[in-house]
Amino acid sequence: MTAMAAEVSRPDARGRFGAFGGRYVPEVLVPALDELETAWRELRTDPGFVGELDAVLRDVVGRPTPLSYAPRLSERLGYRIWLKREDLAHTGAHKINNTVGQVLLARRLGKHRIIAETGAGQHGVATATACAMFGLPCAVYMGEEDTVRQAVNVDRMHLLGAEVVPVKTGQRTLKDAINEAMRDWAANVRDTHYVLGSVVGPHPFPWIVRDLQRVIGDEARAQYAERVGGLPDAVVACVGGGSNSIGMFTAFVDAGVRLIGVEAGGTGRGAEHCATLSKGTPGVLHGGRTYLLQDEHGQVLPTHSVSAGLDYPAVGPEHAWLKETGRAEYTSATDEQAVRGFMALSREEGILPALEPAHAIGWLLERPLPKGSSVAVCLSGRGDKDLDTVRTWLAERGEP
Amino acid sequence: MTAPLREALPALRAGGGKAFVPYVTAGLAGVDAALLRGLEAAGADAIEVGIPFSDPVMDGPVIQEASRRALEAGATPARALALVREAGLGIPVAVMTYLNPVLAYGERRFLDDATAAGVSGAIVPDLPVDEAGGWVERCRGAGVAAVFLAAPNSSPTRLVAVASASEGFVYCVSTYGVTGAREDLAASARSVVDAVRPLTDTPLLVGVGVSTPEQAREACAFADGVVVGTAIVEPLLRGRPDETLERARAFRAATG
Repeated sequence: MTAMAAEVSRPDARGRFGAFGGRYVPEVLVPALDELETAWRELRTDPGFVGELDAVLRDVVGRPTPLSYAPRLSERLGYRIWLKREDLAHTGAHKINNTVGQVLLARRLGKHRIIAETGAGQHGVATATACAMFGLPCAVYMGEEDTVRQAVNVDRMHLLGAEVVPVKTGQRTLKDAINEAMRDWAANVRDTHYVLGSVVGPHPFPWIVRDLQRVIGDEARAQYAERVGGLPDAVVACVGGGSNSIGMFTAFVDAGVRLIGVEAGGTGRGAEHCATLSKGTPGVLHGGRTYLLQDEHGQVLPTHSVSAGLDYPAVGPEHAWLKETGRAEYTSATDEQAVRGFMALSREEGILPALEPAHAIGWLLERPLPKGSSVAVCLSGRGDKDLDTVRTWLAERGEP
Repeated sequence: MTAPLREALPALRAGGGKAFVPYVTAGLAGVDAALLRGLEAAGADAIEVGIPFSDPVMDGPVIQEASRRALEAGATPARALALVREAGLGIPVAVMTYLNPVLAYGERRFLDDATAAGVSGAIVPDLPVDEAGGWVERCRGAGVAAVFLAAPNSSPTRLVAVASASEGFVYCVSTYGVTGAREDLAASARSVVDAVRPLTDTPLLVGVGVSTPEQAREACAFADGVVVGTAIVEPLLRGRPDETLERARAFRAATG
């Protein structure tokens, strides 16, 4: 957080990003959110806290992560593509930036137990890691469906000493895991901190997670300026809940740079997607007002994505605001485009990306930007967890 | 003419009576006009009719399952209101739902249609009082009592806001966590009631985790009544509305 120089004025005192955000939770959680908000307002600029966090980010997480030029892909597409390498952060994704910050915060609050939700398992692994580092017990809620498709990460969490609680309600994916984590938190709020993994949920979570993830973009902007000079033409990141993208965008919001979020377009058929900003409408889920995939009665719709980490029917309220104000653009890439992106980065750059950022790469493969554009892409995680999914996908289509 | 919630429960309290308010999930098999009338006949002082939501974070496994089944069977807010109208009860009805279905319906239209169906109270547990300025105003305009929750950890300032915004009754959450059965009635139930009591004359009902008639009797020693959800709904999941009514009679007998 050394680069947290450019202060962002959002959210307002009531946790709003324009008409979005807020705090729509059962009364029993409000005192905990008040406590968190007060603590964060103080700690986010407290030299002791920031110093402690910076040291962990440097010495354990491995920050700064590199900004790598992608020469072969750049040449093929006619762009200059730079990859912000969050896949090289400890545990293999950007999620750790947030979890070490929140676990340090929980220690300051005197909370003795940590809970988290996870979709792809990256946030669960990152939370389990931070808890192991600081000796705190950790329970991770994970949709049963996701425990199957991201089994490797379940093993990692177990080995790190966390309890993984399979969630068998609803569609058994990320949304249901958040529901269950919120229920646990309501019952144990006195001694438990909920490490929410994305820029979603009730205020102050979208604010805390944004602050903790903005290191991605702050570093990328400085690295780009040093290596190339000036600013890229566009910044691109995948959007599920939206933490890596907000982390990437925040440093560039005040600059003349296109901000492009790529959502999961799923199969490309009907409702089989999770392109919340592209196809959703405003509503309230998980404590915040934001865009949702919902039916005409306000029931939240089932979603689909090849990547568990994007399989979520809502999105962070700050993204909703960036969309409404026109500051950021949101588009989508299908499952197939994501797998193409995965293969392109693997074969042309020697990087196996997670399927989530593979959506951003897959979108770029269609050459949607003017020729010669300089693009900084957030490569939010590595693809080890997705090998089975990709191999099955290719085998089902008779591809080698 | 049925007395509205905002008059009925205060009148009961003034007369020294204790309120028994059962909750049922609209759209769940077995929840029909006959069941609502049966609950009235069993001695309920008001009924909470739940309008199911896909993501009920305040609810434990029983109400979650009831909500899931109801939605699968095609439950909608409009059908829930039609049920209330059809039942034509002599006791007040409050609806309990989450914010998003109300927003999708349109707050004003929802309150208008609810009033027309005979609803006189509304509980939206994921709408805390400090986010509810517009809602309280619209409820008052429509003649619907807005009920808010008081929790064991609510600050004194928040309790003042909850007590002054609530009409009909204040929903005193007995313990931490979601709806569902508890072995004991938590000591925190009493502390919540004690903390809210000096702030308002509105009746204070204990809910969340009141699962046996014995617990209801205990709560009525210090509170003005109880809301009972899980214990009332659970037999319906087994296809036993008769047992639901039997339990309702037992709760009524225990609350006096």
